[in-house]
Amino acid sequence: MIGIVGFGAYVPIYRIKSSTIANQWGDDPASIEKGLMLLEKTVPGPDEDTITIAIAAAKNALKRARIDPQKIGAVYIGSESHPYAVKPSGTVLIDALGIGPHVHVADFEFACKAGSEAMFVAYSHVKSGNMDYAMGIGADTSQGAPGDALEYSASAGGSAFIFGRENVVAEVLYTHSFTTDTADFWRREYQMYPRHGGRFTGEPAYFKHILGCGRALLEKSGMKPEDFQYAVFHMPNGRFPLKAGKELGFKQEQMNEGWIVNIMGNTYSGSSITGLTAILDVAKPGDKIFMVSFGSGAGSDGFIFQVTDKILEVQNLAPKTREMLNTPHKVYLDYGKYVAYRKKIHFNEY
Amino acid sequence: MANSQRYTREIPHRYRLEAQKFPSGFVSLSRRYCDPISGKKEFEKINLKGTGKILTYTIIHVTSDQFKLLTPYAVAIIETDEGARVTAMITDTKFEDLKIGARVEFVFRKIMEEGASGIINYGYKAKVVE
Repeated sequence: MIGIVGFGAYVPIYRIKSSTIANQWGDDPASIEKGLMLLEKTVPGPDEDTITIAIAAAKNALKRARIDPQKIGAVYIGSESHPYAVKPSGTVLIDALGIGPHVHVADFEFACKAGSEAMFVAYSHVKSGNMDYAMGIGADTSQGAPGDALEYSASAGGSAFIFGRENVVAEVLYTHSFTTDTADFWRREYQMYPRHGGRFTGEPAYFKHILGCGRALLEKSGMKPEDFQYAVFHMPNGRFPLKAGKELGFKQEQMNEGWIVNIMGNTYSGSSITGLTAILDVAKPGDKIFMVSFGSGAGSDGFIFQVTDKILEVQNLAPKTREMLNTPHKVYLDYGKYVAYRKKIHFNEY
Repeated sequence: MANSQRYTREIPHRYRLEAQKFPSGFVSLSRRYCDPISGKKEFEKINLKGTGKILTYTIIHVTSDQFKLLTPYAVAIIETDEGARVTAMITDTKFEDLKIGARVEFVFRKIMEEGASGIINYGYKAKVVE
C-alpha cells in the first residue's frame, strides 16, 4: 500500500477582513462577502515567508509520520512565492529538519498547483521503489495587487505530505493530470504582482481543467461522486469550487469540510491541499476523498485517497487545520499594517 | 549575522538548535571553544527540544534599519529545558502575555535580510505558549 504516512498544515496568526480591504478601495463589503464568499484571509507575519511556512507544515507532517527524517529521500516544495529567484527553498527546509544531505531536493512552480505537483512526484518516487519516503509540500505567501480582485483572496499558508509504504494513513488509489497552455494568469520576472484575464480565468481556465481532470479521474477509477465522503477543489474564491463540485455531481455536504477558503483565502499552492489536511483531520477509516487542484497556465492534478485505520493514531499528533484557522490568538490587521507586512510599499534601501 | 560564509557555518545551531553539552553539565547553544566552568574542550553534541522559559525580556522601540518593520518587538533571555541560556527575538506574542517564567517554544523564522540583494537570514525566534 502506498500513500500518505504523515500530513501537516500551517497558517499564520495574522488576518485581514474582506470588509477592511473593501472599505479601503470603496467596494461594497457585502458583495465581496456574499459574491466571492470570502470573510477574511490569512496574512504572513513580517518574519514569515514560503520557506518558514513550508518548514512549519513539514514539522507537523513529521510529528504525524513518526519517522526518522533521515529516511526521507526527496523533498519538493511547490510555490509561486519562493523567497529567492536563485537559491532553493528546499535546501533551507532539509537543513532545518535534519533531512539529508543524502536527499533529492527541488523547488516547483506551476501557479496554484505547484503543491499537488510536488505531491505527485513524491508519491511517484515511492511507487517506483526509488525510495522509502518522499515529501511533497505546497506553500505560498501569494501576491495580489492593491485594488485588484485578487487582493481579497491572496493569502498565506501551506501543507506538507510524506508518502511511504508503511503505516499509511491515506492510500493513493488513483491519480490523473490534465494540462493545456492557457494564458489566464501570469507574472513576468521582476514584476511584483501577477496579472490575469479577468473572466477568462473562469470557464476556459479553472472550470475546463478542474472538470476535465475530475471527469477523467472518475472514469479512470470507475467510481461515482456518491462513493466519496469528501471532495475538495482548488479554492480561488468561495464560489468556484462549490460550482465545479456540483457540476461533477458532488453535494455540498461532501465539500463542506475541505472548503476553508471563506476563513483562509486562497493560499495558492497550498489551497486544495490545505483543504485536504482539514479533511484528514476528521476523516474516519474507509472514507474516500476526491481532490482536484488547479494551477493557472494551466493544469489540474487529481487524487483519490482512501483513509486507513491508522488515521486515528495520528490525527491528534499535530495541530489541526481548522483549529489553526480559528485560533483565539488571531491578530486582525488594518490596511496600513497589512501593506507594510506584505511590503506593498517601498521603503528606503539600507 | 553577517556574510554568507559565516551564515552557512552557523546553520547547525541557528536552524536545528544543535548545542554543546560539556562534562560539567554546562549547555551552550552557540559554539564555544571550551567549557566556561571546567575549561575542558570535550563536549557532547545535543539537539535542543526547542522549549524553555523566559528569564527576562525587554521591548525594543528604536532599532537598526533591518528590524524597523518589526518595532516594537520583544527580545528575551530564555533558559531552555536543557539549561542553555539563549537570547531570542519574540514573535507571534502579545506584550501582555510576556512574563518572566512564561513557557516558550522556538519557531523557525526569517530573522533579517541583507538588503534587497543579499542573503535572507533564517533562524530561531520564540513564542509564548501559555
